Amino acid sequence: MTENRDITIETAEAAQERAAATPAGEDKSRPTSPVCGHKCKFITRNVNVFYGEKQAIFDVSLDIPDRSVMALIGPSGCGKSTYLRCLNRMNDLIDICRVEGTFLLDGEDIYSGDIDPVLLRARVGMVFQKPNPFPKSIYENVAYGPRIHGLARDKTELDEIVETSLRKAALWDEVKDRLDAPGTGLSGGQQQRLCIARAIATRPEVILMDEPASALDPIATARIEELIDELKENYCIVIVTHSMQQAARVSDRTAFFHLGRLIEEGPTEQIFTAPREKQTQDYITGRYG
Amino acid sequence: MTDRTHNRAHEARDRAEKQGASEGGAAGPNGRIDWHSPQMLARLRRRHAANRRMKFIGLAAIVLAAGLLSILVGSLLKSGLPAFRQTFITLEFDLKPELVKPQNMRRGNWRKIVKEGLLRALPEDMRKNRKLRRKVLKIVSRSAPYALRDHVMENPHLVGRIIPFDVLASDPYDQFNKGLIPEYIVRGERKRPNPKLGGPEVVRAFRVLKEQKRVHLPFNWGLFFNADSRLPEAAGLAGAIVGSFLTLLVTFLISFPTGILAAIYLEEFAPKNRFTDFVEININNLAAVPSVVFGLLGLSLFIGFFGVPRSTPLVGGMVLSLMTLPTIIIATRAALKAVPPSLREAALGVGASHHQMVFHHVLPVAMPGILTGAIIGMAQALGETAPLLLVGMNAFIPDISNMGLTEPATALPTQIYSWADSPERGFVSRTAAAILVLLGFLLAMNALAIWLRQRYSTKW
Amino acid sequence: MANSHIVKAFDRELQELEGDIIRMGHLAADELENALVALRKRNPELAEQTILKDREVDQLEHQIEERAIQLIARRQPLANDLRAVVAAIKVAHELERIGDLAKNIARRVITLAQEKPPKPVKKNLKRMGKLVLAQLRGILQAYEKKDADLAVEIWRHDEEVDAAYSSLFRELLTYMMEDPRTIGLCAHLLFGARNLERIGDHVTNIAESVYYVATGERLDEHRPKGDATSRILPAYSGPLDEVDEDEDEAGGEA
Repeated sequence: MTENRDITIETAEAAQERAAATPAGEDKSRPTSPVCGHKCKFITRNVNVFYGEKQAIFDVSLDIPDRSVMALIGPSGCGKSTYLRCLNRMNDLIDICRVEGTFLLDGEDIYSGDIDPVLLRARVGMVFQKPNPFPKSIYENVAYGPRIHGLARDKTELDEIVETSLRKAALWDEVKDRLDAPGTGLSGGQQQRLCIARAIATRPEVILMDEPASALDPIATARIEELIDELKENYCIVIVTHSMQQAARVSDRTAFFHLGRLIEEGPTEQIFTAPREKQTQDYITGRYG
Repeated sequence: MTDRTHNRAHEARDRAEKQGASEGGAAGPNGRIDWHSPQMLARLRRRHAANRRMKFIGLAAIVLAAGLLSILVGSLLKSGLPAFRQTFITLEFDLKPELVKPQNMRRGNWRKIVKEGLLRALPEDMRKNRKLRRKVLKIVSRSAPYALRDHVMENPHLVGRIIPFDVLASDPYDQFNKGLIPEYIVRGERKRPNPKLGGPEVVRAFRVLKEQKRVHLPFNWGLFFNADSRLPEAAGLAGAIVGSFLTLLVTFLISFPTGILAAIYLEEFAPKNRFTDFVEININNLAAVPSVVFGLLGLSLFIGFFGVPRSTPLVGGMVLSLMTLPTIIIATRAALKAVPPSLREAALGVGASHHQMVFHHVLPVAMPGILTGAIIGMAQALGETAPLLLVGMNAFIPDISNMGLTEPATALPTQIYSWADSPERGFVSRTAAAILVLLGFLLAMNALAIWLRQRYSTKW
Repeated sequence: MANSHIVKAFDRELQELEGDIIRMGHLAADELENALVALRKRNPELAEQTILKDREVDQLEHQIEERAIQLIARRQPLANDLRAVVAAIKVAHELERIGDLAKNIARRVITLAQEKPPKPVKKNLKRMGKLVLAQLRGILQAYEKKDADLAVEIWRHDEEVDAAYSSLFRELLTYMMEDPRTIGLCAHLLFGARNLERIGDHVTNIAESVYYVATGERLDEHRPKGDATSRILPAYSGPLDEVDEDEDEAGGEA
């Protein structure tokens, strides 16, 4: 697969400088988030994404605070998923996709040559819309990531990682007696939690979730949301969702995308009670402008 | 007042109906559709009739296809099934040392031993009949002395004894025993004994043997375990089966890894550009090239240019692998394409590299489909005749003991071709039987493909 | 509303809810107006009618609350819709209180049917009543149009109501000091004035809700308080030294 990267070295450096120049403090590249007081995990500036000739994202700049949940909302095709997939370079896999702009993860440009996308994806885990466990055993599903990255020295350590990950994903008690059963045999909600466990197993810093509950029933959805609430103690979570109620329930901050542009970003309570932009209001109240 | 309004409403409805009728049963004036207008019902009838017509035509097509197939299989079974049984005659042979010549059995007078064995079984008057004595050997196969010789050579202690031994009936008597040829040929007014049976006295002698219950009709294992022969009653498919197996082995070893790797590269790694498009189109075209052309290619390239020995399973397998390759590539690509993108995303999402994704996740899931495609390609190769004929793989192999990849060989379809070409009456049913055997192998391979698909396909 | 919801029933329900509020508001305003007319004309029959009318207002409040709950349960309103629904519940509650206070005035009319208040007091009371009524009608208009500016204006105007109450308070105190026989009448009138002032306060609450619905922000700047009565003491020492400063509303039920 060819890397379709259009950031020239100059622009990347310029962006580094810009990012370093703006915030003050001892850790210059990580300004403190205005919401939760945590540091910003991701700083993205002037992001433009193209699919061939078509531009999917227009000049989006967004900061994502650590240890909190950022929800990306917007109508279908607004670029929120595309933006999300830029954060772990999943867009690299699409030949015609071209990404411009600066993405700093803890101050490191993830599109520079220093970070390999394979390692980046271990650090920035992802959970997809449809639960997609590997057609292997539950144990193998969770152990796969740590194994390919060499995170466990021996079997005992691997067992430990699997158990902790499943516990964190609130799935351990349900599957501890059948770790050899196929992951695809679980219920939809359990499968999604297995996918979360799989993502956690590589000890990521960020977890990206692309409509993680859209294929689940309300009870399973509630479980996932409860899990997200627990996970945000330790992880930076970015979630794309079509359900406004879900965004309102789980997130600390919400960003509204429309036609590839970031229209408004702010604390969730403000976005859902008194949005500043009319477009945001029309969207979240179910009007069409 | 109410009466009048009621009447008016009635009139309105009547008018609406008339109008609806004039508009072909569509919407009435107030947007109401009359679902029960005659036009509507007529149209409904027409639509149902069209449904029934379509169903009938489809059914007729299936019946026709099934009919043709059953005629084919039926005629094959009719002419082929008798060949699955073979007439044997049990006789006692006196292994006199002077005839056997124990020092060098190959030089023994086995013909005489067999002849005496035959005569021993017959009553006195027949034994003395000169005419019969001359022709009595017509009853048994010409291979019978050699079979007896081989048996005794394997068991030398039998020399000097009188042993019972089953000998093959000759082809005419085998056919006669199965009722496939008549004793007399009737042409208009004239009725004359069938010349193939050697004369009435020989037929009488055979009848006597039959009355003595010396004539059996057991399952014809020889069809599978005998090598080819000029004598229909002794001819078997062993050489062809071994040859086909060796050829397919070569085909599989060449086309399976090559095809899968080519498909994986094209599907998973190759950049999408003009060159790969060109390659893809050509692979698809290759699958449609007539097999004779591959044969010619093999003849000129492998035999003519590379000097691969002709008539061998090696060159046959190479030619067939050329033919199978596109099938395997196309099937493999289809199987890889069918792997849901969510699985690829899942693998990449935890940080698997591209080749880890392909070999750890995509390939195992696609394997049943790939194997199915490969087996179907192999089955196709198994049934292919023309390219094998062109590379000379229709050798006459009377002995299977020294078959090898670089030894001349024959294969099932070419064996069928050779037998179909032979003039002997016995090869007619032998040919049909060989076709049935080939079909049986093909069915088995397809069943294996289906089983693999069922067994290993992943449920999503 | 500039543009409508994709789900049209949502629009209809919101409109119905707001229509109910407007209707309830005008009912409460009519109630207040009748109570004031009855007070001026000393007409106990009208007062009785007014008291009966309050029941309608109470019923409307229940209806609005029910509608709002249904709307939240079924439509999960967000942003301005959410503010509108929550404000509807709040405004309905304020209007219900306004109705109660108007009813209270009407009750006093029945008690005072035979008494004749002093002319200047009557005049001032009438003026204050008109002012409060205008505030109430005004805020209903502001609510209907989601007019934040008008709401702020009405909110500011409450100062006048407070000032009118202060002066009436002073006046009535003076009458009571001058002629202890009028104390009963004056106390009732004082509580009537007090009710009017309370209605004014409820109007300002509604104004705050209207402002929040319209802008999404709180009207949290400090409102100038014109009610100075808590600091007024009669400049007279004598038997009235132990004037009860506790302005318990329930005490009005005499």
